[in-house]
Amino acid sequence: MNEMIKTDDVYYEYFTQNVDDIVVQAVKGVSMSIRQGQFVVVLGRNGSGKSTLARLLNGLLIPRKGTVIINGIHTHNDELIWEVRKTLGLVLQNPDNQIVATTVEEDVAFGPENLGISPAEIRIRVDESLRMVDMEGYSEYSPHMLSGGQKQRIAIAGILAMKPKCIVLDEATSMLDPRGRKEVMDVLKKLNQEKGITIVLITHHMEEAVEADQVMVMEDGRLSLTGTPRQIFENVEQIRRAGLDIPKITALAYNLKKSGVKIDRLPLNSEEMIKTLKGFLKRKNGESPNLFSQLSSGKYEKNEPIIKVQNLSHIYMQGSAFEKAALDNINLTVNKGEILGIIGQTGSGKSTLVQHFNGILKATSGTVEVDGLKAEGKDLKELRQKVGLIFQYPEHQLFEETVYKDIIFGLTRMGIPAEEMKAKVFHTIDLLGISPELLDKSPFELSGGQKRRVAIAGVLVMEPMVLILDEPTAGLDPQGSIEVFKILSRLNKQEGTTIIIISHNMDDIAAYCDRVAVMNNGRLVFCDTAPNVFSRYEELRSYNLDIPKITDLFRKLHESGYNISQPVLTVDEAQKSLLDIINANQGGVE
Amino acid sequence: MMIGNITLGQYIPGNSILHRIDPRTKIFWTALLMVVTFLISTWAEYVMMGAFVLMLLLVSGVPIKQSIKGIKPLLFILAITAILNIFFTGGTPVFEIGPVKVTYEGIIAAVKLFLRLVMLVITASLVTITTTPMTMTDGIEKLLKPFEKIGVPSHEIAMMMSIALRFIPTLLDETDRIMKAQASRGANFDTGSIFSRIKSFIPVLVPLFVSAFKRADELAEAMESRCYRGGKGRTRLKEIHYTRLDLFVSMVGIAFIGVLFSGRIFL
Repeated sequence: MNEMIKTDDVYYEYFTQNVDDIVVQAVKGVSMSIRQGQFVVVLGRNGSGKSTLARLLNGLLIPRKGTVIINGIHTHNDELIWEVRKTLGLVLQNPDNQIVATTVEEDVAFGPENLGISPAEIRIRVDESLRMVDMEGYSEYSPHMLSGGQKQRIAIAGILAMKPKCIVLDEATSMLDPRGRKEVMDVLKKLNQEKGITIVLITHHMEEAVEADQVMVMEDGRLSLTGTPRQIFENVEQIRRAGLDIPKITALAYNLKKSGVKIDRLPLNSEEMIKTLKGFLKRKNGESPNLFSQLSSGKYEKNEPIIKVQNLSHIYMQGSAFEKAALDNINLTVNKGEILGIIGQTGSGKSTLVQHFNGILKATSGTVEVDGLKAEGKDLKELRQKVGLIFQYPEHQLFEETVYKDIIFGLTRMGIPAEEMKAKVFHTIDLLGISPELLDKSPFELSGGQKRRVAIAGVLVMEPMVLILDEPTAGLDPQGSIEVFKILSRLNKQEGTTIIIISHNMDDIAAYCDRVAVMNNGRLVFCDTAPNVFSRYEELRSYNLDIPKITDLFRKLHESGYNISQPVLTVDEAQKSLLDIINANQGGVE
Repeated sequence: MMIGNITLGQYIPGNSILHRIDPRTKIFWTALLMVVTFLISTWAEYVMMGAFVLMLLLVSGVPIKQSIKGIKPLLFILAITAILNIFFTGGTPVFEIGPVKVTYEGIIAAVKLFLRLVMLVITASLVTITTTPMTMTDGIEKLLKPFEKIGVPSHEIAMMMSIALRFIPTLLDETDRIMKAQASRGANFDTGSIFSRIKSFIPVLVPLFVSAFKRADELAEAMESRCYRGGKGRTRLKEIHYTRLDLFVSMVGIAFIGVLFSGRIFL
């Protein structure tokens, strides 16, 4: 098969405003070759040069050194640059920022219009492209009415209408919820298999890499590993050193192997894992009780309420044509010192609910009480000091000249003496692992992960009793996510802060939350300890929610008739539980 | 959300004659009708003009109820403007309150001005109600095309307009989000003096501008990736072109203006 993408020792550097570090080498000698029809995943941390590579591939950037050849054409050939971009389409990260037109069909038509194709032919291409991404029937829609996953599919359709041979996606799934991500992945797989379109998916979601033909790992501007998913994830230590993660199932197998269980090939998904474990587990005899019915109600003993929500309802735009019940009679108690997770599909009311906790939104009916303080009325200063609310992508709200000034923004409104403020800032940055040298820098000079921490610091510095975070790890790579959760655990243990986390990542929720509240369609359907919530698999399913991958593995093992006795939520719990069973079994054999 | 229901002039899908004619025809005739609205003076002309505007409204297929609802928020401003006229027109006094004299001529002038303004608003909003923003910018681009020779960048103007339209809802959402985030950090937008209120918007404006620039950057990349290179050689999915309908509508327009001012010629 012919070569779609060939790069030969490509270098690219760019200039920043950062005085200490003016020249940043983004790509340092990348050589790669991708054949037509392949599905390639490029993994790498934030700032590893992945996005620069994507822009080098379609000629938005021209290498300082080395060559990029797309389907036989050099990208530095100015006259043929449009041929390159027609052949290799690029889908970017933020779905909002790549849609040009005010209706779906006009947007999909944008590429062919630029190519000067006749209106009749454009019509055919637009309809066909929309069909390929399962968005037919949306042609007259306004883009801002669509979900993130739908917008990204429109962006893909816009590329398809130019009849490309290859599509490069630069973290195109990182701002989507699990459902949107799945929609996009399904479309990509279909295009790859049915149309033979080469796909290069740049991501830090390990689960997406498992399905690729080939995986490339980028580290500090270089390709450090290339191979099949299996070959790549065999190198567990190296992957982790690169700040990446391996799929949970693979991690479990790897841990078991390290504890002495004989596993030759590391499995990549639960089907392979079940096969691998076959030899070590026993079939149960006769009827065994339902795996999840044996749950104790957990060891949850926090019972000092800090937030009381009673009969809370919220109706958006009451009295207008757009009236919509966003919250419907919610009753919930949050206890002092707990970590509460809130899960639910996009649009289920999670964010609306927490915005009542600090009075940003006003209840249509019902009450919210925080530490004896009613969340209503005009003067909300005290309430907002008690309840810190951190929105999605909090780094987007930084605005001051220096990091220090940005962090004290809230404090200055509380009338605290300068000395005390300084002490509080230093305490907070210590907690968050922000280096004091950064305090005098502009927040806009920092890296993405640093910015997020500074934004979190701006809320934490007010020493809230309750800290609410809406999708705290959105857009962060695995290493960055782990660090955020470490900080939250520390905060919860050391300072006793009550923490409420909204997240789509069930693995994180299961690993860190004491209790989990499940929202669906504006209602709170249940709220219980994490093991109890994730044992209600069928119900969660009906709300379009998943359970943690490890919990799911145990459920499948149990269903296939193995003597698994208790459900687990995390890799560590699973490892312990499996080791117990395996050791007991082997003891019995010997 | 902070944006209320702005119904006035929002595009309403439909298939009326007004929906189907070329945007250039609509823009041209609307401009002309607006000029005419300022030229009419006798009651007979007012009645004819009013009837014609009403007819256009009926032809457009926009529910009358909805158009009244759309004008409602404006009525207050229109009424104030008209009423101010009462006090500044001299003539036969009807009654006096202290130094304020209300004249017969003043009342007539106010009523006429009010009707004139209502007709203007309806005519202008009929264009936007029956034309998608995309078609509208196409129309403007084509209308400006002849001026390219004297350096008017017609394609660029149209492209800028349509991108602005595309990003207004996105930026409104974003403003809402940033305001909520800063309010959570203790910012206060509702109380204090005018001066401190303006100052309190800095934490909203800075992030908003930063993000708008970032969006612009990314949008430019996305457009270039999709082979955008200006208006030259570009085709359109929906090319606009004149049809017999445009001829028909223009004939009706000419006929109306002829009848409207016939009184002046013969008298």
